[in-house]
Amino acid sequence: MTSESTAAARAAGPPARRRRRAGGLGPSPWWGYAMIAPAFIGLAALYLWPFLKTFTKSFMDTPAFGPGTWTGLDNYTELLGDGEFWQAFGNSAVYTAILLLGVPIAIVLAALVQQLSRGRAVYRVLYFLPVVTLPVAVSMVWRFIYNGDFGLLNWALSLVGIPGQYWVADATYAIYAIGVVGIWMSLGINLIILGAGLQSIPPELYEASSLDGAGRVRQFFRITLPLLSPSVFLVTVLTVISALQMFDLVFVMLRSVDNTALDDSKTIVYLFYEKAFVQFDQGYGAAIAIVLLGVIMIATALQFRLQRRWVFYD
Amino acid sequence: MRHTKRWIAAAAASASALVFAGCGSGGDGGDVVLTYATWSEDQKPAMEGIAEAFEAEHPDVDVQVQVLPWPEYWSTLQVGAAGRTAPDAFWMLADQFPAYAEGGQLLDIADAVADADVDLSAYPESVMDLYDTGEAIYGLPKDYDTNGIWFNKALFDDAGVPYPDDTWTWDDAHAAAQALTDADAGVWGIAAPIDRQGGYYNSIYQAGGQVIGDDGTAAIDSPEAVSGIEFWTRMQADGLSPTLQQLSDTEAVQMFMDGKVAMYFSGSFWAQRLYGDEEFRPNVGVAPLPTGEQRASMISGILNAGYAGTEHPEELAEFLVFASGEEAARIQAESGAVLPAYEGTQQAWLDAMPEFDLQVFVDAVDYSVPLPIAGNAAEWTGLETEYLTPAWNGEQSAAEAAAAYNAAIDEVLAE
Repeated sequence: MTSESTAAARAAGPPARRRRRAGGLGPSPWWGYAMIAPAFIGLAALYLWPFLKTFTKSFMDTPAFGPGTWTGLDNYTELLGDGEFWQAFGNSAVYTAILLLGVPIAIVLAALVQQLSRGRAVYRVLYFLPVVTLPVAVSMVWRFIYNGDFGLLNWALSLVGIPGQYWVADATYAIYAIGVVGIWMSLGINLIILGAGLQSIPPELYEASSLDGAGRVRQFFRITLPLLSPSVFLVTVLTVISALQMFDLVFVMLRSVDNTALDDSKTIVYLFYEKAFVQFDQGYGAAIAIVLLGVIMIATALQFRLQRRWVFYD
Repeated sequence: MRHTKRWIAAAAASASALVFAGCGSGGDGGDVVLTYATWSEDQKPAMEGIAEAFEAEHPDVDVQVQVLPWPEYWSTLQVGAAGRTAPDAFWMLADQFPAYAEGGQLLDIADAVADADVDLSAYPESVMDLYDTGEAIYGLPKDYDTNGIWFNKALFDDAGVPYPDDTWTWDDAHAAAQALTDADAGVWGIAAPIDRQGGYYNSIYQAGGQVIGDDGTAAIDSPEAVSGIEFWTRMQADGLSPTLQQLSDTEAVQMFMDGKVAMYFSGSFWAQRLYGDEEFRPNVGVAPLPTGEQRASMISGILNAGYAGTEHPEELAEFLVFASGEEAARIQAESGAVLPAYEGTQQAWLDAMPEFDLQVFVDAVDYSVPLPIAGNAAEWTGLETEYLTPAWNGEQSAAEAAAAYNAAIDEVLAE
């Protein structure tokens, strides 16, 4: 009944308003454009223009300096046949999958922190610290933890009789070891988003359900998770985007002198950096960047489609 | 050519360097402002000293020294040059040089060199060769580095092995490494990473081989070159060095300073860092690299280069000549940071660290070989770990790995 009447009101309302606005102010006042100009110019100069440059460069064979020559789809066909590219692609996919494992961890931790009656802020700060710490400092600490000879991790493993590994010097483990650091570094942001989501869940629901005899675990799955799903969706989308773009951890943790794991552990963006900025092949680098953009767009579009099945908006 | 080793200390300090980047020196507000980009926090005082000395002669010029962190130095420079915002003066390395020179990004200072009557023979010939394009002069060498054996006297004394000296051959080095290795104590005789500049390039030339042949194609699969590589793979095979994985986790110089390896074949550029550790200092010895079929040491050096798109080409050219000149060389030498390129100024560097026998590195100029550079050197040197690791790990013979790498280099050079 109510929904019908609002629908009717909506149908009746807008045309009148629209007519009035159009009649009163004339078509698109110039100052309207003037007012959005700063934002638009900033966007155009910092994003649109570089994007167009990158896009055109991806169809060119570029020398280190100066204009390139048009080569059509050559960079792209070379890319598809380049084992190095597919390996980097695989590494980025593995890394993204690992970071997605961090989402459930973040949900559970966020729910636990939310339950605390005291010291909630302290825990939030603790979990957020890695986010605001310099990646260089982070990498130095983790390199020490992962060190094959003197590392904390191998020492801890040796206590329970598990043989140690050269975690960041062995390509078998490096991307996983970096993934763990990635989870640790992104936990703070995810907790903030999920914490905000948790706070918007009405406490009455918990009171009512506990009167009906629901336990904590049941409440978590029946109330918390469904009502938190929009936040979880947001966190998932952001995680996938940032994980596919990961560059810094490989750069700071594996790019030491002669690291034996680097060759087989490059991510897409690291490969882009190497081609464009170390080997002076900007055209090829640009093609990598465009492909990555396409992959991210597809992955995100896919998630938006899939969300209908599991995200609950009330 | 990877000079990373040399700058890794600076790179480690990149976090602090970031803070300093952009802070100028001098700042006494001349009409003409020249920016001078470098990547070494260690050398910043010396570079500022040079800037001040130049400003004293040219009151209208203000030279601002900028320290960029090593990890982003080259990408910053490349993007700056493409976007017309590059620093006026900057340090250049031989493997990056061809791209900048051929791309027309470097200022030709031949006129200024002629005006100032610079004696080009004051610079080591092999370093000049690195930056010789045949026509223009795109700058003058600032410093150079050669290689020697850094060794730990205490470990030699413990094992009762005589110190290395200029009579050493490859066999002496191998035998000493064997005698020094003590697996139980966690001590290795030598560090044998896949290291071009301090390691296997030297032994390739000592064996009479070449990396890039006279015809401009790869020559790393010749029997001589292979025996140069085997010098290192034998050290690994006999367990006389930490493995490549161990050296990835803890770099060779750190292993050396921790007393885990007795010998580290590397460059003069470590002198300041090793000297700076006062506890370790008395244990450090220096000797020439061992002789194979002949003596050889890689030599490399930084070029003070200028940006072709500068607003002040005249002042910039004058500054570049000055920054590589005799007075600037003295300022550098006294700081102890590097071995200056200008003939006759090295003594101050030797005097800055009297406990080390650094003369070894100056003498090495006589038998030095310029680092091999050809084509897109950054690309083919980047393939080195991929192709040579199997030889170092013992999965392939040195000859097999060298043949595969040779083909890969030729493929890059053919592009």
